[in-house]
Amino acid sequence: MDIGLGHYLAVAACLFTLGIFGIFLNRKNVIVILMSVELMLLAVNINLVAFSSFLGNLTGQIFALFVLTVAAAEAAIGLAIVVVYFRNRGTIAVEDINLMKG
Amino acid sequence: MSALAVYAPLLPEAILAIGAMVLLMLGVFRPDTQEEAGRIMWLAIAVLLAAGFAVLQGAGTELLFAGAFIVDSFARFMKIVVLAGAGVALILSFDEMADRKSLKFEFPVLVLLSTTGMMMMVSANDLISLYLGLELQSLALYVVAAFRRDSTRSSEAGLKYFVLGALSSGMLLYGASLLYGFAGATSFEAIAAAARAPDAGRDMLLIFGLVFLLVGIAFKISAVPFHMWTPDVYEGAPTPVTAFFASAPKVAAMALFIRVVISVFAGIQPQWQQIVVFLAIASMLLGAFAAIRQTSIKRLMAYSSIANMGYALVGLAAGTVEGVQGVLVYMAIYIVMTLGTFAVILAMRRDGAPIEEINELAGLSKTNLPMAFAMAMFMFSMAGIPPLAGFFAKFYVFMAAIKAELYSLAVIGVLASVVGAYYYLRIVKLMFFDDARAPFEATLPKERAVQWVAMVLIIAFVLPVISAPLVDAAAAAARTLF
Repeated sequence: MDIGLGHYLAVAACLFTLGIFGIFLNRKNVIVILMSVELMLLAVNINLVAFSSFLGNLTGQIFALFVLTVAAAEAAIGLAIVVVYFRNRGTIAVEDINLMKG
Repeated sequence: MSALAVYAPLLPEAILAIGAMVLLMLGVFRPDTQEEAGRIMWLAIAVLLAAGFAVLQGAGTELLFAGAFIVDSFARFMKIVVLAGAGVALILSFDEMADRKSLKFEFPVLVLLSTTGMMMMVSANDLISLYLGLELQSLALYVVAAFRRDSTRSSEAGLKYFVLGALSSGMLLYGASLLYGFAGATSFEAIAAAARAPDAGRDMLLIFGLVFLLVGIAFKISAVPFHMWTPDVYEGAPTPVTAFFASAPKVAAMALFIRVVISVFAGIQPQWQQIVVFLAIASMLLGAFAAIRQTSIKRLMAYSSIANMGYALVGLAAGTVEGVQGVLVYMAIYIVMTLGTFAVILAMRRDGAPIEEINELAGLSKTNLPMAFAMAMFMFSMAGIPPLAGFFAKFYVFMAAIKAELYSLAVIGVLASVVGAYYYLRIVKLMFFDDARAPFEATLPKERAVQWVAMVLIIAFVLPVISAPLVDAAAAAARTLF
């Protein structure tokens, strides 16, 4: 079977949906949310590289490199905030993040 | 030198970025005292002023980096508003932080970095520069939200902002990848050209890309239904930081929103118009009704900013030059009103502790009449009562909607602002007709100055001397997008 653009897009869409559900349905741990965010960004990278390859255009791969760089910075800041939060509350369980209800 | 002259349009961003790095070095290598941090705060305000001056030097439309970066009069208008918002927010944070002995040099540096990101967002003309600008702004804002490290509420606000902000950038990025697949390029011109094709409105890649991109931006301007982070982050973050959140980032995200829908998706206006109309109606109604039962003034301001974004989107929904002009005028007036209100909120202090309960404003007119009067003017202006500036802001956007034959949208907007008037006027009633509570501490000079300047601007807006330059500049800025 030939693997076409549609297959790549379907995989990326599945990963992206998993990432979103990981953020919303996860009731346990903030680290899982960080992992879900990474999953979303990597799904986007699959999209970009697949388009880039099938369109014969390099911009998408450059975009993917930028996304990787920013994702690393984002993870660093996210973990730093989680550490600050843990020092204050002694927990990073998602159901405990409820000082303010909105 | 002539090789560098090509990059002249980039000067404001260069000043901000280099200024931020120099101040960071100063902060690291100078002794860690309150005085040093205060000095760096002043230097940061000077850097913002220099950048604003550099913005004003440019003229015409200039493109840089193969079209990824655009400086036109629209970008210049929004940049001035962003810089003014950031500068005033810094001035407001000064006294509050000095009072708690918690002046830290990192704060002005982070504000400068996020302002750099906002300037890049305003000038973005390519999906990559859009994303990088947005992330530079957001990453600095996440840290600023969690700035008070020993406070559970501040760190919780930072965590919530981070999670939802990362989710929104993920959505925006997914939309960007689909648009890249649709157009085969990331530049706005290429996408706009591809979207103008006759059958483009039926292309799934384009439609999904549009929806995801707009969802990502709607998160940043906190339009309903993507607003859930706003009240919590506004309440939890330190008040000076909240003042910053409510001003400059909103303007930058709105500028991005305008540029994306007007110049990129011009070919599929019916499609994006539906989305913007829905966001506008939902934001205005939720902002008006949810604010009624709030007891914390910071949460009230959060819902107020949600509603204000809804009103601004009414002008954008029209999709005309008048509409965009209305949004620009609205955003400029909005940050004056908001920063003025936050100058009052920051002055609500007793025994060195900030007060956030709305009821504590009761009888303020008997203990501190100037502050009560300024607050009353801000509330009347937010409620849209003529002849204050807030009335003209709403007038421009609603007129644009009526001219574009969006009658039901304009009617819903007016009704929502009637509901909104209830909670603004309740504060006025509390201050002027209820029994006085214990007086607040004496207002600090910088906060008083911001209150008075904002109040004078709002009252004097009815004079053509004040309003004409703003309205003309907004009109010129709006025309460059069409």
